[in-house]
Amino acid sequence: MRTWFNTLTPRTIFGLTLITVALLALPFVAALGGQAWVRIVNFAILYVFLALGLNIVVGFAGLLDLGYIAFYAVGAYLWALLASPHFGLHLPFWVILPLGAIVACFFGILLGAPTLKLRGDYLAIVTLGFGEIVRIFMNNLNAPINITNGPQGITLIDPVAIGNFKFSTGSTVFGIDISGPQKYYYLLLVLVLAVIAINVRLQHSRIGRAWQAIREDEIAAKAIGINTRNMKLLAFAMGASFGGVAGGIFAAMQGFVSPESFSLIESVMILAMVVLGGMGHIPGVILGAILLTVLPEALRYAVVPVQKALFGAVLADPESLRMLIFGLALVLVMRFKPAGLWPSPDRRRELAEKAR
Amino acid sequence: MSAKGEVLLQAQAVAKHFGGVKALRDVSLTIRRGEVYGLIGPNGAGKTTFFNCMTGLYVPDGGSFIFDGAPLKADAPDQVADRGIARTFQNIRLFGNMTALDNVMVGRHVRTQAGIFGAIFRGRAARAEEAAIRRRAEELLHYVGVEDRADDLAKNLSYGDQRRLEIARALATEPKLLCLDEPAAGMNGTETEALRLLIDGIRADGVTILLIEHDVKLVMGLCDRVAVLDYGALLIEDVPSIVQHDPRVIEAYIGVAA
Repeated sequence: MRTWFNTLTPRTIFGLTLITVALLALPFVAALGGQAWVRIVNFAILYVFLALGLNIVVGFAGLLDLGYIAFYAVGAYLWALLASPHFGLHLPFWVILPLGAIVACFFGILLGAPTLKLRGDYLAIVTLGFGEIVRIFMNNLNAPINITNGPQGITLIDPVAIGNFKFSTGSTVFGIDISGPQKYYYLLLVLVLAVIAINVRLQHSRIGRAWQAIREDEIAAKAIGINTRNMKLLAFAMGASFGGVAGGIFAAMQGFVSPESFSLIESVMILAMVVLGGMGHIPGVILGAILLTVLPEALRYAVVPVQKALFGAVLADPESLRMLIFGLALVLVMRFKPAGLWPSPDRRRELAEKAR
Repeated sequence: MSAKGEVLLQAQAVAKHFGGVKALRDVSLTIRRGEVYGLIGPNGAGKTTFFNCMTGLYVPDGGSFIFDGAPLKADAPDQVADRGIARTFQNIRLFGNMTALDNVMVGRHVRTQAGIFGAIFRGRAARAEEAAIRRRAEELLHYVGVEDRADDLAKNLSYGDQRRLEIARALATEPKLLCLDEPAAGMNGTETEALRLLIDGIRADGVTILLIEHDVKLVMGLCDRVAVLDYGALLIEDVPSIVQHDPRVIEAYIGVAA
């Protein structure tokens, strides 16, 4: 273990160096297309974060969760309430982020507890309901006591700040001009690398194996002594805590939260990232999240010019055409790559056998 | 080997009905430490129901189990496994999309403790435990003779190997009582003989075995004592030579002589 770096071949060192340089340079490359693209990259990372959290519940433990966005909402609102003029509280990020993880964790258990006996479709329906309940609470908790400020949402949320170094505005670091979104990029990158490491380690551990066993055959898992109740709650709690942290960063980055950011379609999108990428396979899930965030944005920029070039005029409404193409892409992927774009080797084998 | 030992498991008037069907009618039996105990009976006699009640998958409608000096909790299969009862299933229930090795490694779950922080930070203790789990699982794969298939998915193993793998997974939980539900079903003569040797070896290691089986030759050759169930009721509990010639048993199996 201690000598892991001795086992690296020059080729992998070269590869790792290349990836590191690319990741470090990415926000400056993206900025060439405008700060909007840096923001898109940031959202891609945020969705990687969320998809990896959901992957623990859906991919590892096999529990279909359609209300995952609720935990993102909890994290976002927690940050908004504790660091905005709404209550006049301005706690630092190193207090709110762990607190967000813990509170989301609690909500994860709150959702998990009543659903322990449910599986498949039934579980999906209950989790869907939970997601909606949280959103509707956010929407209506402005009376009799104004907690969430209702549909107007909460504004002027504090950005992430270390001392006087604010992530919301640009500044010059070591002679390099760095914008707000670029700062957030590096913060998100550090966080997401930690999340990836946690996911990989969980997967290949006693806990990860127990989750897999529950996914494969719950009765057999019980019969060999796995406390399926605790293990399922742990999966919900772990997944939720990632959602909570991502939500906090989201609130800080946007400076504004409102209930409409946490609608059912968001849960569905994150689930689509997990399934499309390759359920239970970490690299696949990352790929799925990046593609499903960047593709709709790229289409946004492509739809109008392409129409003009082809027909000389904008015939179809760009927004609906964009979603049409996006939906079609999802259907095609699932038709031709049912295990996802980058499935785990085991899963690929499994589907290949079924096809035979 | 002597079958005489202290009592390991005592079933007291265990009853279970499904609607109007009385699957178990006040079944009482005693399994002693170190023996191979056979549970036989015609199809539908309630053998598997008895297993399921004992291992906590069903909640009995009456009666209780005393295991190793204390009552077994109903409706808590994981606690039953923790107490030292492991089982296999009549229709094999492996974790199909996990490798053979992972199937056995997950069997170590109940005897290990690494939690979420152990998994994430991989401290010295967690690493040592993980290595021990792997080592033990490899030993058990070797013990049942499927070490060559360690990295194959469980569902791709041959039928006989799946049965053996399921036994290895059960043994990984360090059971005091190993319950095998028709382990020889669907096996050919050679496989059955290999299974007999395996069960003999497990007994020699000091594990008590409860065996549900249809293969009468296997049961009579292997078991120290045999119980016969018919229509959910216990007919007889005795050594094989007596059970074999009991008129009630013959009647249950082949009907009344004309």
